[in-house]
Amino acid sequence: MSAHLRYVLQLADTNLVWSHRLSEWCGHGPVLEEDIALANMGLDTLGQARLLYAHASTLENKGRSEDDFAYFRAAPEYLNFTIAELANGDYAHTMVRNLFLAMYFKLLWKAQLASSDAVLGEIAAKAVKESTYHVRHATDWVVRFGDSTPEARLRVEAALAELWRFTTEFFSIIAENAPIYAAGIGVNLRELEAQWTEEIHAVLNEATLEVPATSAFRSTGKQGVHSEALSVLLAEMQSLARAHPGAKW
Amino acid sequence: MELPLWEVFVRSKQGLDHKHVGSLHAADSKQAIQMARDVYTRRQEGVSIWIVPSQAITASDPSDKDSLFDPMADKVYRHPTFYTIPPEIGHM
Repeated sequence: MSAHLRYVLQLADTNLVWSHRLSEWCGHGPVLEEDIALANMGLDTLGQARLLYAHASTLENKGRSEDDFAYFRAAPEYLNFTIAELANGDYAHTMVRNLFLAMYFKLLWKAQLASSDAVLGEIAAKAVKESTYHVRHATDWVVRFGDSTPEARLRVEAALAELWRFTTEFFSIIAENAPIYAAGIGVNLRELEAQWTEEIHAVLNEATLEVPATSAFRSTGKQGVHSEALSVLLAEMQSLARAHPGAKW
Repeated sequence: MELPLWEVFVRSKQGLDHKHVGSLHAADSKQAIQMARDVYTRRQEGVSIWIVPSQAITASDPSDKDSLFDPMADKVYRHPTFYTIPPEIGHM
């Protein structure tokens, strides 16, 4: 697999897996308006994943479709960030996770506009508007949870404590990815990290929440080494397509 | 969770006026705008949203309907239907 293809699949898989977690809220949101908001965002991220899979298919040039990438690869072939695959918790957990991921993608897409890969630039132009809204939505809730009742604050603090350590993976450069940075396909991760950290700190500050301590833990999803949560997710997501290959609906 | 009720008005691309499209519950007006975006503009219905607290609206009493609106029923002279439209105007 070329470094270029690997990079596009990392972005596609993260969006697909996160879209699935968002879709699991459908029918379970705390109020109707939020239920619809999460389904909307799930569809936004699914749409981003589809564009990226179509691009991956072109790069790979083996005739694999979007569905082939989504439904006929096993967990070790998935290259999503680990944070996207973790099982859903309470609403604060989802809002914190969406804040981290959406902020990452908002800044990534902005920087990706100038990529030497013109298709990635085009996908970025569409996706940046969606991700900007996701950040706005998640920021609003995280600030409300942090700065409201003791119960809400406890929940958002617990989510921050659990999820913070998975964000290191956003900015670590692995050997397999090195060529795409040299080729100007990927964006400058050090700059991205500085922007992300500054923006997240601003949100947590407004929410009167403490920035969690950095840990030595490193998640490894983008290298294909996942938590058990991904296998469970894929088993459900892929079951229909695998039971009825080629089915149309 | 009992949140205040808000009335939502959306202006479409073609329209100059904001039209009432429904209501929703939200903690404050900022959140109501966001929720209205998700609930009422998913199918490209609008380019602008207004939010008004439902309690700010004073409504006419349905039981006053007879005295408020029925007197207009027999005053056809208030409708501009007695003018002859010159043929070059066509349909108005």
